[in-house]
Amino acid sequence: MTVRRTTAFSAAGLVLTRDLRLAVRRPSQLIQPLAFFAVVALLFPLGYTPELGKLRAIAPGVLWVGALLASMLALESLFREDASDGTLEQFVVCGQPLVALMAAKTLAHWLLTGLPLTLMAPVLGIALGVPVEAMPGILFSLLLGTVTLSLIGAVGAGLTLGVRRGGVLLSLLTLPLAVPVLVFGARATELAISGESLMGPLYLLGALAVLGITLAPLAAAAAVRIGLE
Amino acid sequence: MSELSVKNLHVFRGERHLLRGLGFEVPAGCCLQVVGANGAGKTTLLRVMSGLLEAESLELTWRGERVEPRDPEYHAELSYLGHDPALKSDFTAAENIAFNVGLRRRVASQDVRSALARVSAEKFSDRPIRSLSAGQRRRVALAALWLSGTRLWMLDEPATNLDAAGQALVASLIQEQLSGGGLVMAATHQDLGLPAAQRASLEIGVHGVRT
Repeated sequence: MTVRRTTAFSAAGLVLTRDLRLAVRRPSQLIQPLAFFAVVALLFPLGYTPELGKLRAIAPGVLWVGALLASMLALESLFREDASDGTLEQFVVCGQPLVALMAAKTLAHWLLTGLPLTLMAPVLGIALGVPVEAMPGILFSLLLGTVTLSLIGAVGAGLTLGVRRGGVLLSLLTLPLAVPVLVFGARATELAISGESLMGPLYLLGALAVLGITLAPLAAAAAVRIGLE
Repeated sequence: MSELSVKNLHVFRGERHLLRGLGFEVPAGCCLQVVGANGAGKTTLLRVMSGLLEAESLELTWRGERVEPRDPEYHAELSYLGHDPALKSDFTAAENIAFNVGLRRRVASQDVRSALARVSAEKFSDRPIRSLSAGQRRRVALAALWLSGTRLWMLDEPATNLDAAGQALVASLIQEQLSGGGLVMAATHQDLGLPAAQRASLEIGVHGVRT
């Protein structure tokens, strides 16, 4: 039997495809954050005012807070199951860099929540009176913002591994870190709606995403190691 | 010549000095059976040796070289089978094995089939794990262990939930691993039926008093 070792890259690929396939077999977990986002955003026309002009003014905040809370909702399940069935232990001892496996899990989480949330935002934007010309800007800012949210969330989920029912703690840990994303994201959306250039906040969102991509998998791997002890 | 040698191992769990200056050696083709009362630190010892738990101090030598229990090169030759078998309930037995072993080495589908045959699990290879009994799950985990082809096995109560035939299977898997020159550390009170030259035992917990 010739044994060929798996490279770190293909191990990460395995983790990514496994998470995606698991999600497909359990679609309810996939739909929940999206439904939550839709309901939150659509409650505002009912609870505040049906006037599109007024709704347009609060649309950036509504879309971003909704997306933030929805992606937070899906975070708890990021490591929970892998921790309870022993999979995370195997990740640590399988001889592959844990950072790569954590990055793959985070990417899977973003593909399953951040990306669908982003794609859904323009539809909800219409209900809040957002002009069609603003949609590319909203899509782009959310695309960058949700990447960072997933990365911050992975660190938080790793840190709360050892905590029973750590959902509230997870939110308390990650929401403050998500504030810059919320501020610049909402600003970018506001500028997009008023038809001005949104490059400034977009650059900052991009910088946050790059910072997250470089540091968050390292922090998540360290957090998972501690959480397993 | 010992392939695995441990010196000066100290582990604290909270305020308890659980393992005190433990030292042992395991030569190639030998099974070190770890025994001790419940709570003596058998699981802790195996987790420390697998790099899942940090020790206060540990001098670990693997195949003549000083290593840290978290070195990827050391992990690449080590398999750890703990209480939780790391199986996804939505996946079939075969899918689980392909993933778990695939993290370490390339596996073809016939490899997975032969591993399932080795643990007499062909009949439920295409059933999702959620529909299997605890003993059947354990067999699937053992198939993944066998297929991983690692040199050093850390087994924490490997025969849990297994029937008489399953316990014999664990013994025969260990036997096969040893005859291939592999090493096994097993926390079990089960008699593995190994010849005296292939087994050693380590009793821990004799010093496990509170400080």
